[in-house]
Amino acid sequence: MRARSAAVVALVLLTLAGPVAVRAQQRGGGPPRPARDAAPIDLTGYWVSYVTENWRYRMVTPAKGEYRRIPVSPAALPFINNWDPAADDRAGNQCKSYGAGAIMSVPGRLHITWQDADTLRVDTDAGTQTRLFHFAARAAASAPSWQGDSIATWERAIGPDGGGSLRVVTSNVRAGYLRKNGVPYSERSTVTEHFDLAPLADNGRLLLVTTTVEDPVYLTGPYIVSPHFKKEPDGSKWDPTPCSSTW
Amino acid sequence: MLINLVVSSSLIRHTRRAAVAVVLVLLTAGKASAQFDMLGSWAPLGSEDVQNDSVPVDYLGLALTDEARVRALAYDESQKSMVERQCAGWGAAYTVLGPFGLRITSQTDPVTNRVVSITIGAWEDWNEMVIWMDGRPRPSDNALHTQAGFTVGRWEGGALAARTTHVKAGFIRKTGVPLTDKATIDWRFFRHGDVMTVLMVATDPVYLVEPEIVTKGFRLSRTPLDYRAGCVTGYEGREPGDAVPHYDPDKNPFVDEFVKLYHLPREAVLGYRETLYPEYRKKIKDTYVPPPTCSDSCGAAGNFVVRR
Repeated sequence: MRARSAAVVALVLLTLAGPVAVRAQQRGGGPPRPARDAAPIDLTGYWVSYVTENWRYRMVTPAKGEYRRIPVSPAALPFINNWDPAADDRAGNQCKSYGAGAIMSVPGRLHITWQDADTLRVDTDAGTQTRLFHFAARAAASAPSWQGDSIATWERAIGPDGGGSLRVVTSNVRAGYLRKNGVPYSERSTVTEHFDLAPLADNGRLLLVTTTVEDPVYLTGPYIVSPHFKKEPDGSKWDPTPCSSTW
Repeated sequence: MLINLVVSSSLIRHTRRAAVAVVLVLLTAGKASAQFDMLGSWAPLGSEDVQNDSVPVDYLGLALTDEARVRALAYDESQKSMVERQCAGWGAAYTVLGPFGLRITSQTDPVTNRVVSITIGAWEDWNEMVIWMDGRPRPSDNALHTQAGFTVGRWEGGALAARTTHVKAGFIRKTGVPLTDKATIDWRFFRHGDVMTVLMVATDPVYLVEPEIVTKGFRLSRTPLDYRAGCVTGYEGREPGDAVPHYDPDKNPFVDEFVKLYHLPREAVLGYRETLYPEYRKKIKDTYVPPPTCSDSCGAAGNFVVRR
Protein backbone atom coordinates (compact mmCIF):
# COMPACT_ATOMS: atom_id res chain seq x y z
CA MET A 1 0.00 0.00 0.00
CA ARG A 2 2.79 2.38 0.89
CA ALA A 3 4.42 1.58 -2.42
CA ARG A 4 1.18 2.49 -4.23
CA SER A 5 0.78 5.71 -2.36
CA ALA A 6 4.41 6.55 -3.05
CA ALA A 7 3.72 5.92 -6.72
CA VAL A 8 0.72 8.24 -6.64
CA VAL A 9 2.79 10.92 -4.91
CA ALA A 10 5.48 10.45 -7.55
CA LEU A 11 2.83 10.83 -10.25
CA VAL A 12 1.68 14.07 -8.67
CA LEU A 13 5.25 15.33 -8.48
CA LEU A 14 5.88 14.35 -12.08
CA THR A 15 2.70 16.11 -13.12
CA LEU A 16 3.92 19.19 -11.33
CA ALA A 17 7.47 18.93 -12.53
CA GLY A 18 6.72 18.26 -16.18
CA PRO A 19 5.75 21.73 -17.40
CA VAL A 20 8.25 23.37 -15.09
CA ALA A 21 11.05 21.29 -16.58
CA VAL A 22 9.96 22.27 -20.08
CA ARG A 23 9.89 25.88 -19.06
CA ALA A 24 13.27 25.60 -17.38
CA GLN A 25 14.77 24.19 -20.54
CA GLN A 26 13.31 27.03 -22.53
CA ARG A 27 14.31 29.70 -20.06
CA GLY A 28 17.87 28.82 -19.27
CA GLY A 29 17.84 25.47 -17.50
CA GLY A 30 19.52 23.89 -20.51
CA PRO A 31 21.49 25.39 -23.33
CA PRO A 32 19.58 28.49 -24.48
CA ARG A 33 17.77 28.09 -27.75
CA PRO A 34 18.64 30.61 -30.43
CA ALA A 35 16.03 33.35 -30.65
CA ARG A 36 15.25 32.34 -34.22
CA ASP A 37 14.31 28.82 -33.11
CA ALA A 38 12.41 30.05 -30.08
CA ALA A 39 10.33 32.61 -32.00
CA PRO A 40 6.66 32.34 -31.00
CA ILE A 41 5.68 34.44 -34.01
CA ASP A 42 7.17 34.81 -37.46
CA LEU A 43 7.86 38.44 -38.33
CA THR A 44 10.04 37.79 -41.36
CA GLY A 45 9.11 38.95 -44.83
CA TYR A 46 8.04 42.14 -46.56
CA TRP A 47 5.56 44.50 -44.92
CA VAL A 48 3.98 47.68 -46.23
CA SER A 49 2.75 50.64 -44.19
CA TYR A 50 -1.01 51.01 -44.18
CA VAL A 51 -1.53 54.65 -43.31
CA THR A 52 -4.95 55.06 -41.75
CA GLU A 53 -3.93 57.14 -38.75
CA ASN A 54 -2.02 60.39 -38.36
CA TRP A 55 -2.26 60.63 -42.14
CA ARG A 56 -1.53 64.30 -42.37
CA TYR A 57 1.46 63.98 -40.03
CA ARG A 58 2.94 61.04 -41.91
CA MET A 59 2.02 61.15 -45.60
CA VAL A 60 2.78 64.84 -46.00
CA THR A 61 5.10 67.18 -44.13
CA PRO A 62 3.00 69.11 -41.60
CA ALA A 63 3.23 72.84 -41.15
CA LYS A 64 6.31 74.16 -39.44
CA GLY A 65 5.52 74.74 -35.78
CA GLU A 66 2.73 72.19 -35.48
CA TYR A 67 3.16 69.48 -32.88
CA ARG A 68 -0.42 68.45 -32.11
CA ARG A 69 -0.86 65.16 -30.24
CA ILE A 70 2.75 65.03 -29.09
CA PRO A 71 3.34 65.84 -25.39
CA VAL A 72 6.30 68.12 -25.95
CA SER A 73 8.07 69.92 -23.12
CA PRO A 74 8.78 73.66 -23.14
CA ALA A 75 12.39 72.81 -23.98
CA ALA A 76 11.26 71.48 -27.36
CA LEU A 77 9.41 74.57 -28.50
CA PRO A 78 12.42 76.62 -29.68
CA PHE A 79 13.54 73.69 -31.81
CA ILE A 80 10.04 73.17 -33.22
CA ASN A 81 9.64 76.82 -34.08
CA ASN A 82 13.10 77.13 -35.59
CA TRP A 83 13.10 73.94 -37.62
CA ASP A 84 15.42 74.48 -40.56
CA PRO A 85 15.60 71.55 -42.99
CA ALA A 86 18.22 73.33 -45.09
CA ALA A 87 20.49 73.46 -42.06
CA ASP A 88 19.92 69.75 -41.52
CA ASP A 89 20.89 69.17 -45.13
CA ARG A 90 24.08 71.17 -44.76
CA ALA A 91 24.99 69.27 -41.60
CA GLY A 92 24.39 65.91 -43.25
CA ASN A 93 21.42 65.23 -40.97
CA GLN A 94 18.87 64.32 -43.63
CA CYS A 95 18.02 61.17 -41.69
CA LYS A 96 16.92 62.93 -38.50
CA SER A 97 13.28 61.95 -39.05
CA TYR A 98 14.21 58.33 -39.85
CA GLY A 99 15.67 57.40 -36.45
CA ALA A 100 14.42 54.72 -34.09
CA GLY A 101 11.90 57.08 -32.51
CA ALA A 102 10.05 57.66 -35.77
CA ILE A 103 11.06 55.18 -38.45
CA MET A 104 8.13 52.82 -37.98
CA SER A 105 5.74 55.68 -38.68
CA VAL A 106 7.48 56.71 -41.89
CA PRO A 107 5.39 55.36 -44.80
CA GLY A 108 7.34 52.65 -46.57
CA ARG A 109 8.18 48.99 -46.57
CA LEU A 110 9.98 46.79 -44.08
CA HIS A 111 12.04 43.76 -44.93
CA ILE A 112 12.50 41.64 -41.82
CA THR A 113 15.08 38.84 -41.84
CA TRP A 114 17.28 36.94 -39.42
CA GLN A 115 20.83 38.28 -39.74
CA ASP A 116 21.95 35.43 -37.53
CA ALA A 117 20.29 33.10 -35.07
CA ASP A 118 20.08 35.80 -32.38
CA THR A 119 19.76 39.00 -34.40
CA LEU A 120 16.60 40.09 -36.17
CA ARG A 121 17.25 42.61 -38.93
CA VAL A 122 14.74 45.21 -40.11
CA ASP A 123 15.49 47.11 -43.30
CA THR A 124 13.37 50.03 -44.43
CA ASP A 125 13.15 51.22 -48.00
CA ALA A 126 12.18 54.71 -46.83
CA GLY A 127 15.48 56.25 -45.82
CA THR A 128 17.31 52.93 -46.39
CA GLN A 129 17.74 52.36 -42.68
CA THR A 130 18.77 49.13 -40.96
CA ARG A 131 17.76 48.16 -37.46
CA LEU A 132 19.33 45.23 -35.64
CA PHE A 133 17.41 43.65 -32.78
CA HIS A 134 19.85 41.74 -30.58
CA PHE A 135 18.53 38.90 -28.48
CA ALA A 136 21.92 37.88 -27.12
CA ALA A 137 23.87 40.02 -24.67
CA ARG A 138 26.45 42.23 -26.31
CA ALA A 139 28.46 45.34 -25.61
CA ALA A 140 26.63 48.51 -26.59
CA ALA A 141 28.09 50.58 -29.38
CA SER A 142 29.98 53.55 -28.04
CA ALA A 143 28.66 56.20 -30.41
CA PRO A 144 24.95 57.00 -30.67
CA SER A 145 23.38 56.24 -34.02
CA TRP A 146 20.07 56.91 -35.77
CA GLN A 147 18.84 53.41 -34.91
CA GLY A 148 20.67 53.08 -31.57
CA ASP A 149 21.22 49.81 -29.74
CA SER A 150 18.23 47.50 -29.60
CA ILE A 151 17.78 44.68 -27.12
CA ALA A 152 15.05 42.21 -28.04
CA THR A 153 13.12 39.61 -26.07
CA TRP A 154 10.27 37.31 -26.94
CA GLU A 155 7.22 37.61 -24.74
CA ARG A 156 5.63 34.23 -25.07
CA ALA A 157 1.94 33.74 -24.47
CA ILE A 158 1.70 30.67 -22.29
CA GLY A 159 -1.24 28.60 -23.34
CA PRO A 160 -2.38 25.91 -25.69
CA ASP A 161 -2.49 28.20 -28.73
CA GLY A 162 1.03 29.63 -28.40
CA GLY A 163 1.76 32.99 -29.93
CA GLY A 164 3.31 35.98 -28.28
CA SER A 165 4.99 39.27 -28.93
CA LEU A 166 8.41 40.76 -29.63
CA ARG A 167 9.62 43.43 -27.23
CA VAL A 168 12.43 45.72 -28.33
CA VAL A 169 14.07 48.39 -26.20
CA THR A 170 16.29 50.87 -28.00
CA SER A 171 18.65 53.40 -26.49
CA ASN A 172 21.91 55.14 -27.41
CA VAL A 173 20.16 56.96 -30.25
CA ARG A 174 21.23 60.11 -32.04
CA ALA A 175 18.88 63.02 -31.46
CA GLY A 176 16.17 62.97 -34.09
CA TYR A 177 12.69 64.07 -35.06
CA LEU A 178 9.40 62.42 -34.14
CA ARG A 179 7.87 64.12 -37.14
CA LYS A 180 9.27 65.41 -40.39
CA ASN A 181 8.64 69.01 -39.34
CA GLY A 182 11.23 69.00 -36.60
CA VAL A 183 9.48 67.87 -33.40
CA PRO A 184 12.59 66.67 -31.54
CA TYR A 185 13.62 63.76 -29.38
CA SER A 186 16.95 63.75 -27.59
CA GLU A 187 19.84 61.34 -27.26
CA ARG A 188 18.50 60.43 -23.83
CA SER A 189 15.37 58.90 -25.33
CA THR A 190 14.35 55.30 -24.91
CA VAL A 191 12.13 53.63 -27.49
CA THR A 192 10.16 50.59 -26.39
CA GLU A 193 8.31 48.64 -29.06
CA HIS A 194 6.02 45.65 -29.08
CA PHE A 195 5.57 43.80 -32.36
CA ASP A 196 2.28 41.89 -32.55
CA LEU A 197 0.57 40.01 -35.34
CA ALA A 198 -3.09 39.73 -36.24
CA PRO A 199 -4.81 37.84 -39.04
CA LEU A 200 -6.52 39.55 -41.96
CA ALA A 201 -8.93 38.12 -44.50
CA ASP A 202 -7.63 35.86 -47.28
CA ASN A 203 -4.69 34.64 -45.19
CA GLY A 204 -3.41 38.19 -44.82
CA ARG A 205 -1.32 39.27 -41.87
CA LEU A 206 -1.12 42.56 -40.05
CA LEU A 207 1.93 43.68 -38.10
CA LEU A 208 1.23 46.10 -35.32
CA VAL A 209 4.09 48.01 -33.70
CA THR A 210 3.11 49.69 -30.45
CA THR A 211 5.84 52.27 -29.96
CA THR A 212 6.55 54.22 -26.80
CA VAL A 213 9.08 57.04 -26.90
CA GLU A 214 10.20 58.37 -23.54
CA ASP A 215 12.41 61.42 -23.48
CA PRO A 216 13.21 63.30 -20.27
CA VAL A 217 14.33 66.33 -22.28
CA TYR A 218 11.73 67.09 -24.94
CA LEU A 219 8.65 65.16 -23.81
CA THR A 220 6.52 65.61 -20.72
CA GLY A 221 5.25 62.03 -20.90
CA PRO A 222 5.44 58.93 -23.07
CA TYR A 223 4.56 59.41 -26.73
CA ILE A 224 2.74 56.26 -27.83
CA VAL A 225 1.70 55.35 -31.36
CA SER A 226 0.88 52.06 -33.06
CA PRO A 227 1.64 52.09 -36.79
CA HIS A 228 0.66 48.95 -38.66
CA PHE A 229 1.80 47.07 -41.74
CA LYS A 230 0.29 44.58 -44.15
CA LYS A 231 2.23 41.50 -45.18
CA GLU A 232 3.30 41.40 -48.83
CA PRO A 233 4.04 38.23 -50.77
CA ASP A 234 7.47 39.35 -51.98
CA GLY A 235 9.81 42.29 -52.42
CA SER A 236 8.60 43.33 -55.87
CA LYS A 237 7.45 46.73 -54.56
CA TRP A 238 10.61 47.38 -52.55
CA ASP A 239 11.75 50.86 -53.51
CA PRO A 240 14.79 52.21 -51.62
CA THR A 241 14.58 55.96 -51.22
CA PRO A 242 17.25 58.11 -49.54
CA CYS A 243 16.57 60.23 -46.48
CA SER A 244 15.10 63.66 -47.09
CA SER A 245 14.96 66.61 -44.73
CA THR A 246 11.83 68.04 -46.26
CA TRP A 247 9.83 65.08 -47.60
CA MET B 1 -2.38 -3.82 11.08
CA LEU B 2 -5.96 -2.62 10.80
CA ILE B 3 -4.87 0.87 11.75
CA ASN B 4 -2.13 0.73 9.11
CA LEU B 5 -4.67 -0.29 6.45
CA VAL B 6 -7.05 2.51 7.34
CA VAL B 7 -4.27 5.08 7.34
CA SER B 8 -2.90 3.81 4.02
CA SER B 9 -6.22 3.79 2.21
CA SER B 10 -7.00 7.21 3.61
CA LEU B 11 -3.60 8.45 2.39
CA ILE B 12 -4.24 7.03 -1.07
CA ARG B 13 -7.66 8.67 -1.25
CA HIS B 14 -6.23 12.00 -0.20
CA THR B 15 -3.26 11.64 -2.53
CA ARG B 16 -5.52 10.80 -5.46
CA ARG B 17 -7.71 13.77 -4.69
CA ALA B 18 -4.61 15.92 -4.40
CA ALA B 19 -3.35 14.62 -7.74
CA VAL B 20 -6.67 15.36 -9.41
CA ALA B 21 -6.71 18.80 -7.83
CA VAL B 22 -3.15 19.50 -8.94
CA VAL B 23 -3.91 18.44 -12.51
CA LEU B 24 -7.04 20.61 -12.54
CA VAL B 25 -5.11 23.57 -11.15
CA LEU B 26 -2.41 23.13 -13.77
CA LEU B 27 -4.90 22.88 -16.60
CA THR B 28 -6.78 25.91 -15.38
CA ALA B 29 -3.54 27.83 -14.86
CA GLY B 30 -2.53 27.06 -18.42
CA LYS B 31 -5.71 28.59 -19.74
CA ALA B 32 -5.64 31.59 -17.46
CA SER B 33 -2.04 32.46 -18.22
CA ALA B 34 -2.84 32.93 -21.91
CA GLN B 35 -5.06 35.80 -20.89
CA PHE B 36 -4.41 39.17 -19.35
CA ASP B 37 -6.33 41.25 -16.92
CA MET B 38 -8.21 43.88 -18.90
CA LEU B 39 -10.73 44.83 -16.26
CA GLY B 40 -10.80 48.36 -14.94
CA SER B 41 -10.56 51.85 -16.36
CA TRP B 42 -8.42 52.66 -19.37
CA ALA B 43 -7.73 56.26 -20.29
CA PRO B 44 -7.43 57.10 -23.99
CA LEU B 45 -4.09 58.12 -25.43
CA GLY B 46 -4.64 61.08 -27.69
CA SER B 47 -1.51 60.62 -29.76
CA GLU B 48 -3.10 59.23 -32.91
CA ASP B 49 -5.49 61.18 -35.02
CA VAL B 50 -8.08 59.39 -37.10
CA GLN B 51 -11.00 61.76 -37.39
CA ASN B 52 -9.12 65.06 -37.43
CA ASP B 53 -11.61 66.55 -35.01
CA SER B 54 -14.60 65.90 -37.24
CA VAL B 55 -14.02 68.33 -40.08
CA PRO B 56 -17.25 67.88 -42.12
CA VAL B 57 -15.62 66.33 -45.17
CA ASP B 58 -12.71 64.22 -43.97
CA TYR B 59 -12.36 60.67 -45.20
CA LEU B 60 -8.56 60.50 -44.74
CA GLY B 61 -7.29 57.00 -44.15
CA LEU B 62 -10.31 55.29 -45.66
CA ALA B 63 -10.72 53.24 -48.84
CA LEU B 64 -14.27 54.02 -49.88
CA THR B 65 -16.41 52.83 -52.73
CA ASP B 66 -17.88 55.49 -55.00
CA GLU B 67 -21.29 54.85 -53.51
CA ALA B 68 -19.98 55.43 -49.99
CA ARG B 69 -18.33 58.68 -51.07
CA VAL B 70 -21.55 59.98 -52.58
CA ARG B 71 -23.53 59.08 -49.48
CA ALA B 72 -20.94 60.66 -47.23
CA LEU B 73 -20.96 63.87 -49.26
CA ALA B 74 -24.73 63.95 -48.95
CA TYR B 75 -24.50 63.91 -45.17
CA ASP B 76 -25.21 67.06 -43.22
CA GLU B 77 -24.21 66.96 -39.57
CA SER B 78 -27.33 69.01 -38.81
CA GLN B 79 -29.13 65.68 -38.97
CA LYS B 80 -28.00 65.24 -35.40
CA SER B 81 -30.13 68.19 -34.34
CA MET B 82 -33.31 66.34 -35.30
CA VAL B 83 -35.03 65.15 -32.18
CA GLU B 84 -35.45 61.64 -33.54
CA ARG B 85 -31.72 61.40 -34.35
CA GLN B 86 -30.11 63.20 -31.44
CA CYS B 87 -29.71 60.07 -29.39
CA ALA B 88 -29.14 57.58 -32.17
CA GLY B 89 -25.56 57.30 -30.95
CA TRP B 90 -22.66 55.81 -32.82
CA GLY B 91 -21.87 52.24 -33.70
CA ALA B 92 -19.36 49.73 -32.41
CA ALA B 93 -16.47 51.28 -34.35
CA TYR B 94 -16.73 54.32 -32.12
CA THR B 95 -14.83 52.29 -29.51
CA VAL B 96 -11.61 53.34 -31.19
CA LEU B 97 -12.84 56.43 -33.02
CA GLY B 98 -14.48 58.18 -30.10
CA PRO B 99 -12.69 60.30 -27.52
CA PHE B 100 -13.68 58.28 -24.49
CA GLY B 101 -11.80 55.77 -22.35
CA LEU B 102 -12.81 52.20 -21.65
CA ARG B 103 -14.48 51.01 -18.49
CA ILE B 104 -14.26 47.24 -18.67
CA THR B 105 -16.03 44.76 -16.46
CA SER B 106 -16.70 41.06 -16.67
CA GLN B 107 -19.66 38.96 -15.79
CA THR B 108 -19.21 35.45 -14.41
CA ASP B 109 -21.44 32.46 -14.06
CA PRO B 110 -22.25 32.26 -10.33
CA VAL B 111 -22.04 28.46 -10.34
CA THR B 112 -18.97 27.73 -12.44
CA ASN B 113 -17.28 31.09 -11.91
CA ARG B 114 -16.38 31.12 -15.60
CA VAL B 115 -16.37 34.41 -17.46
CA VAL B 116 -19.56 34.69 -19.49
CA SER B 117 -18.94 38.10 -20.96
CA ILE B 118 -16.66 41.11 -20.93
CA THR B 119 -18.37 44.48 -21.17
CA ILE B 120 -17.00 47.80 -22.32
CA GLY B 121 -19.21 50.33 -20.59
CA ALA B 122 -21.39 52.84 -22.40
CA TRP B 123 -20.53 56.47 -22.84
CA GLU B 124 -22.69 59.48 -23.59
CA ASP B 125 -23.34 58.72 -27.26
CA TRP B 126 -22.19 55.13 -27.48
CA ASN B 127 -23.86 51.95 -26.33
CA GLU B 128 -21.99 49.41 -24.27
CA MET B 129 -20.27 46.56 -26.05
CA VAL B 130 -20.80 43.08 -24.63
CA ILE B 131 -18.21 40.54 -25.73
CA TRP B 132 -19.66 37.09 -25.17
CA MET B 133 -16.95 34.69 -23.99
CA ASP B 134 -19.08 31.63 -23.34
CA GLY B 135 -19.05 30.29 -26.87
CA ARG B 136 -22.69 30.98 -27.54
CA PRO B 137 -23.72 30.78 -31.19
CA ARG B 138 -24.38 33.86 -33.23
CA PRO B 139 -28.02 34.71 -33.75
CA SER B 140 -29.71 34.25 -37.09
CA ASP B 141 -28.83 36.67 -39.87
CA ASN B 142 -32.36 37.93 -39.54
CA ALA B 143 -32.06 38.67 -35.84
CA LEU B 144 -32.19 42.20 -34.50
CA HIS B 145 -29.31 44.42 -35.62
CA THR B 146 -28.25 47.08 -33.13
CA GLN B 147 -25.76 49.93 -32.90
CA ALA B 148 -23.47 47.80 -30.73
CA GLY B 149 -24.00 44.62 -32.73
CA PHE B 150 -23.36 41.12 -31.45
CA THR B 151 -19.82 40.31 -30.39
CA VAL B 152 -18.18 37.03 -29.47
CA GLY B 153 -14.62 36.74 -28.23
CA ARG B 154 -11.90 34.27 -27.37
CA TRP B 155 -8.35 34.38 -26.08
CA GLU B 156 -5.82 33.76 -28.81
CA GLY B 157 -2.04 34.03 -28.73
CA GLY B 158 -2.07 36.19 -25.62
CA ALA B 159 -4.61 38.65 -27.04
CA LEU B 160 -8.37 38.91 -26.82
CA ALA B 161 -9.81 38.38 -30.29
CA ALA B 162 -13.43 39.29 -30.98
CA ARG B 163 -15.77 39.70 -33.91
CA THR B 164 -18.82 41.95 -34.11
CA THR B 165 -21.71 41.23 -36.47
CA HIS B 166 -25.39 42.25 -36.53
CA VAL B 167 -24.60 45.94 -36.55
CA LYS B 168 -27.28 48.38 -37.51
CA ALA B 169 -26.67 50.36 -40.69
CA GLY B 170 -25.02 53.57 -39.55
CA PHE B 171 -21.73 55.39 -39.79
CA ILE B 172 -18.09 54.55 -39.43
CA ARG B 173 -17.08 58.17 -39.07
CA LYS B 174 -18.92 61.04 -37.49
CA THR B 175 -18.52 62.82 -40.81
CA GLY B 176 -21.26 60.68 -42.29
CA VAL B 177 -19.21 57.90 -43.86
CA PRO B 178 -21.74 55.10 -44.00
CA LEU B 179 -21.53 51.49 -42.90
CA THR B 180 -24.07 48.84 -43.82
CA ASP B 181 -25.62 46.19 -41.66
CA LYS B 182 -23.55 43.65 -43.59
CA ALA B 183 -20.37 44.97 -41.99
CA THR B 184 -18.23 42.91 -39.64
CA ILE B 185 -15.67 44.24 -37.22
CA ASP B 186 -12.74 42.19 -35.96
CA TRP B 187 -11.03 43.27 -32.77
CA ARG B 188 -7.77 42.46 -31.03
CA PHE B 189 -6.93 43.69 -27.58
CA PHE B 190 -3.20 43.56 -26.77
CA ARG B 191 -1.82 44.49 -23.38
CA HIS B 192 1.80 45.45 -22.77
CA GLY B 193 2.36 46.66 -19.24
CA ASP B 194 -0.06 49.46 -18.50
CA VAL B 195 -0.80 50.11 -22.16
CA MET B 196 -3.56 48.34 -24.04
CA THR B 197 -3.71 48.63 -27.82
CA VAL B 198 -7.05 47.98 -29.46
CA LEU B 199 -7.00 46.99 -33.11
CA MET B 200 -10.15 47.35 -35.20
CA VAL B 201 -10.53 45.86 -38.66
CA ALA B 202 -13.89 46.86 -40.15
CA THR B 203 -15.06 45.20 -43.33
CA ASP B 204 -18.05 46.26 -45.38
CA PRO B 205 -18.78 44.68 -48.76
CA VAL B 206 -20.81 47.70 -49.86
CA TYR B 207 -18.98 50.79 -48.70
CA LEU B 208 -15.35 49.84 -48.10
CA VAL B 209 -12.94 48.85 -50.87
CA GLU B 210 -10.51 47.67 -48.19
CA PRO B 211 -11.05 47.16 -44.48
CA GLU B 212 -10.73 50.16 -42.25
CA ILE B 213 -7.89 49.38 -39.88
CA VAL B 214 -7.51 51.54 -36.83
CA THR B 215 -5.53 51.10 -33.63
CA LYS B 216 -5.95 53.07 -30.48
CA GLY B 217 -3.92 53.04 -27.32
CA PHE B 218 -5.23 53.22 -23.77
CA ARG B 219 -3.37 53.53 -20.50
CA LEU B 220 -4.50 51.82 -17.31
CA SER B 221 -6.09 54.43 -15.09
CA ARG B 222 -5.60 54.24 -11.34
CA THR B 223 -8.83 56.09 -10.78
CA PRO B 224 -12.21 55.18 -12.29
CA LEU B 225 -12.96 57.05 -15.49
CA ASP B 226 -15.59 59.68 -15.69
CA TYR B 227 -18.98 58.36 -16.73
CA ARG B 228 -21.11 60.46 -19.01
CA ALA B 229 -24.83 60.10 -18.52
CA GLY B 230 -26.93 58.83 -21.37
CA CYS B 231 -28.23 61.14 -24.05
CA VAL B 232 -31.39 63.17 -23.44
CA THR B 233 -33.20 64.72 -26.37
CA GLY B 234 -34.06 68.40 -26.51
CA TYR B 235 -35.29 71.00 -28.94
CA GLU B 236 -32.47 72.09 -31.22
CA GLY B 237 -34.35 74.13 -33.77
CA ARG B 238 -35.92 71.38 -35.79
CA GLU B 239 -39.50 70.25 -35.46
CA PRO B 240 -40.43 66.58 -35.55
CA GLY B 241 -41.24 65.68 -39.12
CA ASP B 242 -38.96 68.31 -40.66
CA ALA B 243 -37.05 67.25 -43.76
CA VAL B 244 -33.75 65.48 -43.14
CA PRO B 245 -30.90 67.97 -43.68
CA HIS B 246 -28.61 66.88 -46.47
CA TYR B 247 -26.50 68.15 -49.35
CA ASP B 248 -26.46 67.47 -53.01
CA PRO B 249 -23.27 65.38 -53.11
CA ASP B 250 -21.93 67.48 -55.98
CA LYS B 251 -22.49 70.70 -54.06
CA ASN B 252 -21.34 69.94 -50.55
CA PRO B 253 -20.02 73.32 -49.38
CA PHE B 254 -17.37 71.73 -47.17
CA VAL B 255 -15.81 69.48 -49.77
CA ASP B 256 -12.63 71.54 -49.97
CA GLU B 257 -12.44 72.92 -46.43
CA PHE B 258 -9.99 70.33 -45.15
CA VAL B 259 -8.13 70.38 -48.45
CA LYS B 260 -7.48 74.10 -48.16
CA LEU B 261 -6.83 74.06 -44.43
CA TYR B 262 -3.83 71.77 -44.66
CA HIS B 263 -3.06 71.77 -48.40
CA LEU B 264 -4.10 68.14 -48.59
CA PRO B 265 -4.74 66.33 -51.87
CA ARG B 266 -8.44 66.09 -52.58
CA GLU B 267 -8.36 62.37 -53.37
CA ALA B 268 -6.84 61.71 -49.96
CA VAL B 269 -9.51 63.72 -48.16
CA LEU B 270 -12.18 61.90 -50.17
CA GLY B 271 -10.96 58.44 -49.19
CA TYR B 272 -9.42 56.91 -52.28
CA ARG B 273 -7.67 53.60 -51.72
CA GLU B 274 -4.34 54.50 -53.30
CA THR B 275 -3.79 57.23 -50.72
CA LEU B 276 -3.22 54.67 -47.97
CA TYR B 277 0.02 53.28 -49.41
CA PRO B 278 3.57 54.68 -49.58
CA GLU B 279 3.48 54.90 -53.38
CA TYR B 280 1.00 57.72 -53.06
CA ARG B 281 3.45 59.76 -51.03
CA LYS B 282 5.90 59.56 -53.89
CA LYS B 283 3.22 60.48 -56.37
CA ILE B 284 2.39 63.78 -54.67
CA LYS B 285 5.93 64.69 -53.69
CA ASP B 286 6.40 67.27 -56.42
CA THR B 287 2.99 68.87 -56.20
CA TYR B 288 2.49 69.16 -52.46
CA VAL B 289 2.93 72.63 -50.98
CA PRO B 290 3.23 72.68 -47.17
CA PRO B 291 0.77 74.89 -45.31
CA PRO B 292 2.07 78.14 -43.80
CA THR B 293 3.79 78.08 -40.44
CA CYS B 294 1.38 77.18 -37.68
CA SER B 295 0.54 80.14 -35.50
CA ASP B 296 -2.45 79.07 -33.42
CA SER B 297 -3.44 75.90 -31.56
CA CYS B 298 -0.30 74.19 -32.77
CA GLY B 299 0.25 71.84 -29.88
CA ALA B 300 -1.11 68.95 -27.91
CA ALA B 301 -3.35 71.18 -25.85
CA GLY B 302 -5.13 72.60 -28.87
CA ASN B 303 -6.61 69.51 -30.37
CA PHE B 304 -9.34 71.17 -32.33
CA VAL B 305 -8.96 72.39 -35.83
CA VAL B 306 -8.77 76.11 -36.31
CA ARG B 307 -11.36 76.97 -38.91
CA ARG B 308 -9.71 79.57 -41.03
